[in-house]
Amino acid sequence: MSERVLLQARGLTKTFGDFTAVDGIDVEVTQGESFGFLGPNGAGKSSTMKMVAATSPPSGGDLRIFGLDPVTDGAAVRARLGNCPQQDNLDEEITVEENLHVYGRYFGLPRTVIRERTDELLDFAQLTERRKDKVEPLSGGMKRRLTIARSLINNPEILLLDEPTTGLDPQARHVLWDRLFRLKRQGVTLIITTHYMDEAEQLCDRLVVMDHGRIVAEGSPRSLIEQHSTREVLELRLPLDEHADHSDVVHLVDGVGSYVEALPDRLLVYTDHGDGALEAVHARGLQPLTSIVRRSTLEDVFLRLTGRTLVD
Amino acid sequence: MSVSGVLTPGLAMWRTVVERNVVSFRRQWAAFVTGFAEPVFYLFSLGIGVGSLVPFVMTDGGSQVSYAAFVAPAMLASSAMNGAVMDSTFNVFFKLKYARIYDAMLATPLGPRDIAVGEVAWSLIRGGVYALVFYLVALAVGVVESWWSLLAVPAAIFIGLAFSAVGMFATTFMRSWVDFDWIMLVIQPLFLLSATFFPLATYPGWAQPIVMATPLYHGVALERGLMLGEVGWGLLWHVAYLVVLGVVGIWATSRRIETLLRS
Ligand SMILES: Nc1ncnc2c1ncn2[C@@H]1O[C@H](COP(=O)(O)OP(=O)(O)OP(=O)(O)O)[C@@H](O)[C@H]1O
Ligand SMILES: [Mg+2]
Repeated sequence: MSERVLLQARGLTKTFGDFTAVDGIDVEVTQGESFGFLGPNGAGKSSTMKMVAATSPPSGGDLRIFGLDPVTDGAAVRARLGNCPQQDNLDEEITVEENLHVYGRYFGLPRTVIRERTDELLDFAQLTERRKDKVEPLSGGMKRRLTIARSLINNPEILLLDEPTTGLDPQARHVLWDRLFRLKRQGVTLIITTHYMDEAEQLCDRLVVMDHGRIVAEGSPRSLIEQHSTREVLELRLPLDEHADHSDVVHLVDGVGSYVEALPDRLLVYTDHGDGALEAVHARGLQPLTSIVRRSTLEDVFLRLTGRTLVD
Repeated sequence: MSVSGVLTPGLAMWRTVVERNVVSFRRQWAAFVTGFAEPVFYLFSLGIGVGSLVPFVMTDGGSQVSYAAFVAPAMLASSAMNGAVMDSTFNVFFKLKYARIYDAMLATPLGPRDIAVGEVAWSLIRGGVYALVFYLVALAVGVVESWWSLLAVPAAIFIGLAFSAVGMFATTFMRSWVDFDWIMLVIQPLFLLSATFFPLATYPGWAQPIVMATPLYHGVALERGLMLGEVGWGLLWHVAYLVVLGVVGIWATSRRIETLLRS
């Protein structure tokens, strides 16, 4: 059975003046997949999403969505997309349900269809009680949920979520992840950007790690960790002189693990056996202030690939 | 929710932009009302006040009418202009810069032209309502001279078209609220000097061609012709002027929205 490719980008580029925000990326997303862009601030995630959303024309390369060119067939592409931008752009002067109504009308949906979906979506966003309230005084998290609900009004085939859970409390994040899982089960293709590694691990079948407009790694969360990191990580905080930095003391743990990354406030020792590594550290007469053994995450992959952390 | 939505093809999608404004204005009708207060105020203070000092005026069409009857059509034209300009400048600027309403619209099948046409259509509706209310006031105080005046309100639509299209185009260049002083700087002289309060013949010779080149002059001349019954084919020139300005304005506005919001 051949998989239907919904998004195909070849050498996709976005420039703003002299500045290259997206630097020739190749991406392919098939139907039903949930795909992620992971990267730090300014990596070019949003710029990529806007091109895919057919709201910003590519500066170079080839981009097909549903096999269509988003520049020449923009309206047809957008009709089949759900777009949840990084910054909420709700219509703050009108009520919660009017937002859904008006937005549905932009898609040319009949009023009766919108009315049916409104109840469903208000429930989805847990905003049924606030349906008659104006949007402006809603909390940030409520607005975020409404933006996501609104993006579903046209039953999109692809849902684009640019940092969907930024600004949500942990409870609301988990509820949203659950809702997104359900959408995925119904066959909606999800394209997500995030700089939360746990979100990427939870939601994405496959992801690319972006940095400076380029793709630096690609794969499933599991395979990325296997390829680019060790099974476990030993995090150490050592007692230092006043002006010293942890990068000055890397040599103290040389050879303890497969490799070491130094952050300003701690050392990360990459190893398949965290407890064994900790014993080795103690055997060298070092007395760390704190030590934690944990499993590798995408954060470690990113650190390994770029030498920087995702969330700074 | 199942895959794929029900879609009617993209004809006249601009109407949904108007619909959005109707929904939004249901709660702001007070803002709607204040817009026609000014011309009505002028009609009473100048038309009736000055009219008691000046017994009659010789129009550019050659007839003698009371000063109030002379000024009323100009106030109707100004009222249509005000309604259209207020909407297409202040409101559009807010939606463009702060509320990011158009960014949201452009993420849907709507395009820049739908936005430009929809907003202009909405301003026209607003300008049309102002003109209608003003017409009824003028009728009530007895300064309407001709059956042709029944066409005065539909004619005001052309004035609204020209002014809202140009107003919206200008708004796409505004950087902050301070820039709106420029709009006032244009609107005030237009309001005072478009043969509104005096016949064109009383302007100095060098000034007449300048007045005749400006848009409100054409609106005033059109309305005056209709309300005073001085009707001729010449009135169609005024209509043509306003329509061309409107269409070019809408086209240019779409282009600006495209550059501004689809970077
Ligand atoms: N309209 C624009 N004009 C100029 N530069 C821009 C524009 N939009 C984005 N950029 C630049 O492009 C780069 C990538 O921005 P982008 O918003 O795509 O990053 P991001 O990965 O989404 O970051 P974040 O995690 O902060 O949202 C940044 O350096 C940004 O300053
Ligand atoms: Mg972003």
